[in-house]
Amino acid sequence: MASTIDAAARDRRSVAGRRGRAARRFGLARRSAPLTLASSLAIVAALLVATPVASLLVLAAQPTAEVWSHLIAYVLSTALRDTALLLAGVGAVALLVGGGTAWLVSLYDFPGRRLLLWLLPMPLAIPTYVSAYVYVDLFEPLGLAHRLLTTWLPAQDAVRLLPGLRSLPGAIVLIGGVLYPYVYLSVRATLQHRSAELTEAARVLGAGPWQILRRIALPTVRPAFALGLALVCLETLNDIGASEYLGVRTLTVTIFTIWLNQGSLGGAAQMSCLMLMIVAGLVVLERYGRRRGSVALSAENPRIAARQRLRGLRGGLAAAACGVPPLLGFIVPLAFLAYQSAQRDLLAQAGAGLWRDALATLGFATLATLIALLLGLAAVLAHRWRPTRLQATAEAVAQAGYALPGLVLAIGLLIPVLALDNGLGAVSAMLGWSAPGLVIVSFGAAVVAAYVIRFLAVPTGLIKVGAGRIPRDYDDCAVVAGARPFAMLNRIHLPLLRPAMIGAVIIVFVDCLKELPATLLLRPLNVETLATSIYQYASRGSFEDGALAALLIVLASIGPVAWLTRDAASPSGPA
Amino acid sequence: MRALRILTATALIACCGVSVTALADTGEVNVYSYRESKLIQPLFDAFTADTGIKVNVISASSGLDQRIKAEGAGSPADVLLTVDIGRIDEAVQAGITQPIQSETVQAIVPAQYRDPNGHWAGISMRARVVYAAKDRVKADAITYEELADPKWKGKICIRSGQHIYNNALFAAYVAKHGEAKAEQWLRGLKANLAQKPSGGDREAARDVAAGKCDLGIGNTYYWALMMNKDPDKKPWAEATRVILPSFEGGGTHVNLSAVLLARHAPNKANGLKLIDWLLGEKAQKMYAEVNYEYPVRAGVAIDPTVASYGPLKPDPLPVAEIAAHRKAASTLVDKVGFDN
Repeated sequence: MASTIDAAARDRRSVAGRRGRAARRFGLARRSAPLTLASSLAIVAALLVATPVASLLVLAAQPTAEVWSHLIAYVLSTALRDTALLLAGVGAVALLVGGGTAWLVSLYDFPGRRLLLWLLPMPLAIPTYVSAYVYVDLFEPLGLAHRLLTTWLPAQDAVRLLPGLRSLPGAIVLIGGVLYPYVYLSVRATLQHRSAELTEAARVLGAGPWQILRRIALPTVRPAFALGLALVCLETLNDIGASEYLGVRTLTVTIFTIWLNQGSLGGAAQMSCLMLMIVAGLVVLERYGRRRGSVALSAENPRIAARQRLRGLRGGLAAAACGVPPLLGFIVPLAFLAYQSAQRDLLAQAGAGLWRDALATLGFATLATLIALLLGLAAVLAHRWRPTRLQATAEAVAQAGYALPGLVLAIGLLIPVLALDNGLGAVSAMLGWSAPGLVIVSFGAAVVAAYVIRFLAVPTGLIKVGAGRIPRDYDDCAVVAGARPFAMLNRIHLPLLRPAMIGAVIIVFVDCLKELPATLLLRPLNVETLATSIYQYASRGSFEDGALAALLIVLASIGPVAWLTRDAASPSGPA
Repeated sequence: MRALRILTATALIACCGVSVTALADTGEVNVYSYRESKLIQPLFDAFTADTGIKVNVISASSGLDQRIKAEGAGSPADVLLTVDIGRIDEAVQAGITQPIQSETVQAIVPAQYRDPNGHWAGISMRARVVYAAKDRVKADAITYEELADPKWKGKICIRSGQHIYNNALFAAYVAKHGEAKAEQWLRGLKANLAQKPSGGDREAARDVAAGKCDLGIGNTYYWALMMNKDPDKKPWAEATRVILPSFEGGGTHVNLSAVLLARHAPNKANGLKLIDWLLGEKAQKMYAEVNYEYPVRAGVAIDPTVASYGPLKPDPLPVAEIAAHRKAASTLVDKVGFDN
């Protein structure tokens, strides 16, 4: 997914072309503190992400010939097929639902739109494995749906009517149903500030609505679609809980089998590298696919298109179309968790421990979100201000972490982090200080580092898409007018990047709240997060006892999502 | 960016709340656990009350051996708790353990449930058994071998063949009958499945209760948990009964939760104290009561629900030998396409 929208940026550069280069020659080429800071941060970000990948490569260097002959003979074809089908299915669901709803709320006004605006991203708060457990519980035989059906039908006939959720199609719907907000948020950030002029020009030239959609609207949101889709696919690839529970054998599940049951960490690392290569391949393919499709924005018309009002049946249909996804992806699981928490009286049983877990979760998540946002911003701006090959590479590498499944990332991170930790210990021992122990791990820095590495792709990607929509003319004008980079950042880029940054903060924060495998392995002694605390119950099969912790994750997500989407509702910025 | 300022403030406040690990100390012991910490916390609380030694815990589902290995000589780990023979094997292979020199272990833990070299010792046991449909299955006894018999065609439900519980059962089969016969058996079992392997052990009971299949494969404690601790799931347990299967000419397949002593344990003495304490009557009774497991110590009463399954006759195969065949079992599962 690395730099999914490079092409667009490049094309725009050729439009802003000579002017931009000239301006840079006179303006930004000068050394300046923000530029140096951004460049260094971008390189730090790239190095941070490269660390676990490098350590993974070292692990993968072990000879594992017998593992591979076995994999090729019996496993790989099924795993690749299932993974491909799952990705294609989940991607299609997410594109349709996320893209469709973003389209409706951005272009039209209809009853309930304001409520839906903050409900639509909410399924983000529901971890995929929670959704899987909840829906299997409700829709498998003897569940709520079955009991309702048996009021009209004999039990065995009712069983036949139930959807088989523990299957590939079931996994596609359940995973897609909670991951579509990645596409929604990314497309919404783009559509929010769509310009009226293109559509109006097309209409004047006699284009019908379909032609406008195909030739104007879709090309405009293509980078946003691509980014959202990439995030959905990578999140799907990372999933293990839901896939295993629903009986889908993906590459990720295979990696765990090789490592844990067949005792070959080297084989698992090689498999992870294969997965990274597939991801890289997809990125190249995607960029190749839209090498000629590009949109050059002009700075001249900052007029935002007005939303069209839908009334009556059409308004109702639009509200329903936007209401169903959050109902299924958010409200039903939320109600299930609330019901289980109440029925089991979990709140009364929860001691101070739960609140301490919640605080730890918030601490890790907020810190990681801020760092990721800062590094992502730096990577994009450094590349925009000084588009050298080094900065382009840094920006691309910064997005690679998302492709690593959480536990693989954690394993990759263990070795370098602890080597550093042990090194610090040795140095302090040499200086005659008392042994500090493993400070990086014991203060939770390893967890935060893992979050930043894994989720850095989100701010980098979203901000890059957002920055792509800021006309180069603005930079050039600012430079010509003598603005220093810091003023330019403060007065042009940050305000215009707000929707993208808000989207990034929501996604990263909520993703951090949910993160499980890396947290489990890298956290300090005696520290639990809400996600690890759910796991404590889920892994012994009584997931419902963790309902309160799951509910807290959801509640912790509602705050920022609601608040930030409200903020984003007021339009600002250019065309 | 008011949002950012508020976020920063939250981060600072919350970070103060993150507790910091306790380092090596005379009054502490650090436990790395594959067992859910919520489950063992009552045990640790009792240990602290008895001995005054504070227990610090980290629990995870996998990779703790890699963490201890990476931590190296500076590792704070004293004791490693596992819930499956697979993780025992990994830890020993990774070279992160040392022999447990304890007379209590020698005296209490039967030889079959501890490492000949002393690197690990079993604490409690669970059996992998059959949940049979009460109204459709007449048999009172069943063998593992029989599960591949075509008479059960389309009647068995089970979770993924790569799940550690099944992996250990299949490894025991390989250890007993050899790879060729185990492959045949797995193909037979696969042919008898009512559906693609998925879900967990509780879903096996649920599918039997719903009439999808007649036999579900699950662990002993899941059934007791559904029966006693979860009103929603009680009907699933009530529609089934537990049969303790056995290998032909042998006994029931039993898996272990075990304890290991870390190679660089900074609080070795306290670690040994904890290990001995876990084998004491009080702790063993808690294992039986809280999690419906079979205590490894002879003479400790088991829970009445677990007792209702009938007397457990564990298979005599040493656990170390089962662990040695895990990889073969896993590759066979792939080979016969068990999970496809």
